[in-house]
Amino acid sequence: MTTMTTPEDAAPKAAQGAFLSVRDLYVRFSTEDGIVKAVDGLSFDLQRGQTLGIVGESGSGKSVTNLAVLGLHNPATTEIAGEIVLDGQELTGASNRTLERLRGNRMAMIFQDSLTALSPYYTVGRQIAEPYVKHRGASKREGRERAIEMLEKVGIPQPRLRVDDYPHQFSGGMRQRAMIAMALVCNPDLLIADEPTTALDVTVQAQILDLLSDLQQEFGSAIILITHDLGVVSKVADDLLVMYAGRAVERGSTRQLLTEPQHPYTWGLLGSMPRLMSDVNEQLTPIPGAPPSLLAPPPGCAFHPRCGYTDLVGGGRCAVQRPDLPLGRGSACHLTDQQKRSVFIETIQPRLG
Amino acid sequence: MLRFLVRRTLGAVVILLFISAFTFFLFFAIPHDPALLSCGKNCTPDNLKTIHHNLGLDHPVPVQYYLFMVRIFTGHHFAAGNCPAPCFGYSFANSEPVWPTLIDRLPTTLSLALGSMVVFLLFGLGTGMLAAWRRGSAVDKVLSSASLVLSSMQIYFVGPLVLALLVYNNHILDQPKYVPLTQNPVHWFSGLIIPWCVLSILFTANYTRMARSTMIEQLQEEHVRTARAKGMSGAYVFFRYAWRGSLIPIVTILGIDLGSLLGGAMITEWTFQLTGLGRLAIDSVTKTDLPMLMGVMLFSSAMIVLFNILVDAVYAFIDPRIRLS
Amino acid sequence: MSNDISLSKAPAAARAAEPPGETLLEVRGLAKHFPVMGGFPFKRQVGAVKAVDGVDLTVRAGESFGLVGESGCGKSTTGRLVTRLLEPTAGSISYRGRDITHASRKELAPVRSEIQMIFQDPYSSLNPRQTVGTIIRGPMEINGIEPPGGREQRVRELLETVGLNPEHYNRFPHEFSGGQRQRIGVARALALEPKLIVADEPVSALDVSIQAQVVNLLQQVQRELGIAFLFIAHDLAIVRHFSERVAVMYLGKIVEVGDRDSIYLRPRHPYTHALLSAVPEADLTDGGTERERIRLAGDVPSPVNPPSGCHFRTRCWKATEVCAAEEPPLVRLGGSAEGHLTACHHPEEPTITGRTEDVVLDPALAAIEDALDDVGGVDGVGDGEDFQDGAGSAAGRP
Repeated sequence: MTTMTTPEDAAPKAAQGAFLSVRDLYVRFSTEDGIVKAVDGLSFDLQRGQTLGIVGESGSGKSVTNLAVLGLHNPATTEIAGEIVLDGQELTGASNRTLERLRGNRMAMIFQDSLTALSPYYTVGRQIAEPYVKHRGASKREGRERAIEMLEKVGIPQPRLRVDDYPHQFSGGMRQRAMIAMALVCNPDLLIADEPTTALDVTVQAQILDLLSDLQQEFGSAIILITHDLGVVSKVADDLLVMYAGRAVERGSTRQLLTEPQHPYTWGLLGSMPRLMSDVNEQLTPIPGAPPSLLAPPPGCAFHPRCGYTDLVGGGRCAVQRPDLPLGRGSACHLTDQQKRSVFIETIQPRLG
Repeated sequence: MLRFLVRRTLGAVVILLFISAFTFFLFFAIPHDPALLSCGKNCTPDNLKTIHHNLGLDHPVPVQYYLFMVRIFTGHHFAAGNCPAPCFGYSFANSEPVWPTLIDRLPTTLSLALGSMVVFLLFGLGTGMLAAWRRGSAVDKVLSSASLVLSSMQIYFVGPLVLALLVYNNHILDQPKYVPLTQNPVHWFSGLIIPWCVLSILFTANYTRMARSTMIEQLQEEHVRTARAKGMSGAYVFFRYAWRGSLIPIVTILGIDLGSLLGGAMITEWTFQLTGLGRLAIDSVTKTDLPMLMGVMLFSSAMIVLFNILVDAVYAFIDPRIRLS
Repeated sequence: MSNDISLSKAPAAARAAEPPGETLLEVRGLAKHFPVMGGFPFKRQVGAVKAVDGVDLTVRAGESFGLVGESGCGKSTTGRLVTRLLEPTAGSISYRGRDITHASRKELAPVRSEIQMIFQDPYSSLNPRQTVGTIIRGPMEINGIEPPGGREQRVRELLETVGLNPEHYNRFPHEFSGGQRQRIGVARALALEPKLIVADEPVSALDVSIQAQVVNLLQQVQRELGIAFLFIAHDLAIVRHFSERVAVMYLGKIVEVGDRDSIYLRPRHPYTHALLSAVPEADLTDGGTERERIRLAGDVPSPVNPPSGCHFRTRCWKATEVCAAEEPPLVRLGGSAEGHLTACHHPEEPTITGRTEDVVLDPALAAIEDALDDVGGVDGVGDGEDFQDGAGSAAGRP
């Protein structure tokens, strides 16, 4: 889980013992319109065998963060600053060769759209075997056997036959399983799943989510699950990180975030999504306005133009001063803890029914 | 796969029938009497009538077309000479059947077109990929601007220029000529090297630009990113994943370009005085040798249709989604 | 017909018992088959994608009716058939008692203005070269409608209704965010004062925080203007939030239909159970009621060759021979509320709380869970037998 240290000893140095430690990560793209501040000072830790859910809407920087961890950004247009430490090894300045040795081996990624993320030109078996052959020095034959074994593990019927199929011959759910098999083929210590179930039907999504958490118990990988869906993340993640406009706004255990959320944006997300058990007579409470442009994010707290509680802070502080997010449980908001608690209990919770 | 080829061949036959009918009727729309050619100087209306009869020109046009098609398979004995099957008509200007002439000229045109295709694919795709690999670098910029300049070079301009510089003034290369490959491969090569290069200049420039842009596009595909996420090396990802994907658009354009390649070959033949199908076509036009012209047209369209079937087969080979659907 | 369900009423009778309220749209036996070409050596039709395969539904004036299902179940095709953007293969569609199944363009004209559509993708469904004003005015011009105060005045009113600034009349779609574009789509749909709006996944392309804005807007439009909605979506929670009555579709057929609480709290069809149990739900309280866990195997089969009898039987843990032989009729089961119809030979207990044993059909899940949990708590595949005769008793429950 994310280290639940108290804010006082939240030193900017990479935490001891954390398997993955990200400190003050900045990712900037230069585009024709200007510099996009995709990730703006992000820090988090992840322990072995734990699942961290990163929640945010499009443009919140959640996917960019993880491409940066794997070093998959385009170096020509992207500027990265900060520390990414994987098991004691610094990744931000690492050479291409070092990253290639880690990718697919110690850290692997599952993408959202399995149809475009798998090559249409090679068989599923070959694509699964490739990292195994490269990183483990296995022969083609051993790679194929391993691919069959992995296909069986993720529940592809008749894996010995299906190993020679092409991705387009698989159904959507099966392709996503094949992608999971491909990511796990070298027993990675870190698995990053970027919206792994968003393109899937709900019954298939449930299968895949359960499969992921069951496989995690078997393989013991640490997982970063990126999603926009609080429901998905609540089923799988131990800890949550809520991102908005390239910054983390709240972190804590999944339980803490869902039962006593502290940040107005988290409140907004919870109020925006109807649930199967919520009161249908209660209107949804959307967040007004739209997410900001990352070319020119608002000064101070990036959420303040959409926030209904800036008056409680007073003095126009929200528009000027950027609130900090402690490394442990907490939220990046100028409201006092007392205010957060009372606003949630008095106004937010009753509406969530 | 076999089914696919059979279906495509059947389709090709239908297309060829349409092309032949279209060309045939097109010729009869020309206000010119082919019989006049054979009639000579002392042409009387009676003579003309006899020739009309001998050539079958007294039949209505659809019947003539029918006879033309039948004679391809059966052959025919014209008054002017014998025309064994496959009989694509009889050239009265040359006093010989069309088919043997076509077969005689084919190797020159085929050598020229296929040879230059090899040249422009090698150079065009090679430089295009190099530019994509070093995207944004000086190499990329030089190659890209060079291809822009070259793409404005026309055969009838570059051809004589090259001849003057390399052959007549400095004697660096031989005067272009066609020597059959089976007779002397070295002379075949040295005789065609200038025409190949001249014909492929335009194509090389175009394929450089196309290969560059499709490669850049492919490198941004998600499955290419997945391959990188698996730890595959840069070169492996470039050649195995991105290159594989960019083959499809390249093959597509190649299929479309065949027509202009043949056209370019004809101009090249004319420029370098090579006796291929192109020269034959131009000569037939100047001599109003309609049967010969018709033969050349049918023959070249058949080649293009055939080549397109080949391209489709290559598609299926490249892309399993086509092969297995 | 299987003998383990008691039919209290025939479907016709069930319809008659519906509460009063003018029937706006009535669809009977609606089908749409898309041809599949193939064959050798000449291409011909060798089969059909049975996208919609016999759908009955009724939408009453002012009501919000939800149509929910997974991809390929035919819900979007149904929407397009109802608005006659597609030509039905079979069945009938009648609007306010008028048969419009095969009505010509001309005959449809007066009806078209009363049935409007809102599309999923707010980016591609608006012409980028037209101003917002032109887009919203379009339906009025086509139908020759001159509202009092002029068209421009009306457009400005509409913009205000959907929460946009009326001064943005002359802006182009690309100047708006996704949520705002969807509002433009809503304004266009409202321009002709329709009686029925078919909304096909109207919020699924939007971010969560924006989704809620659009859902609220649609709800406000539905309630305040009394417009009936056919709300098509795959998100069960949003459909529940929006719709008074809900139909669940699977492979071209409606498997269960009823009022909101019947479907979401007392579902009878195994597929509805499976769907509901699959929804990942954030639990906002400490320890809520435990829900049942059903994990199906594989994906939805292809609609080209749907299974015989009950389409769901190939993924159902209760399937027996009768399911393959006979297509279950969509009827009211004993113990179901009025208007709650289910098409199943072996219906489930009308509850969604956790059962003693999870149903896990997925072989990989079952294998791993067996291995992880050696005690043997997870054993889904064998559950079928125990439940078959349980259905009879379920039917007898109040």
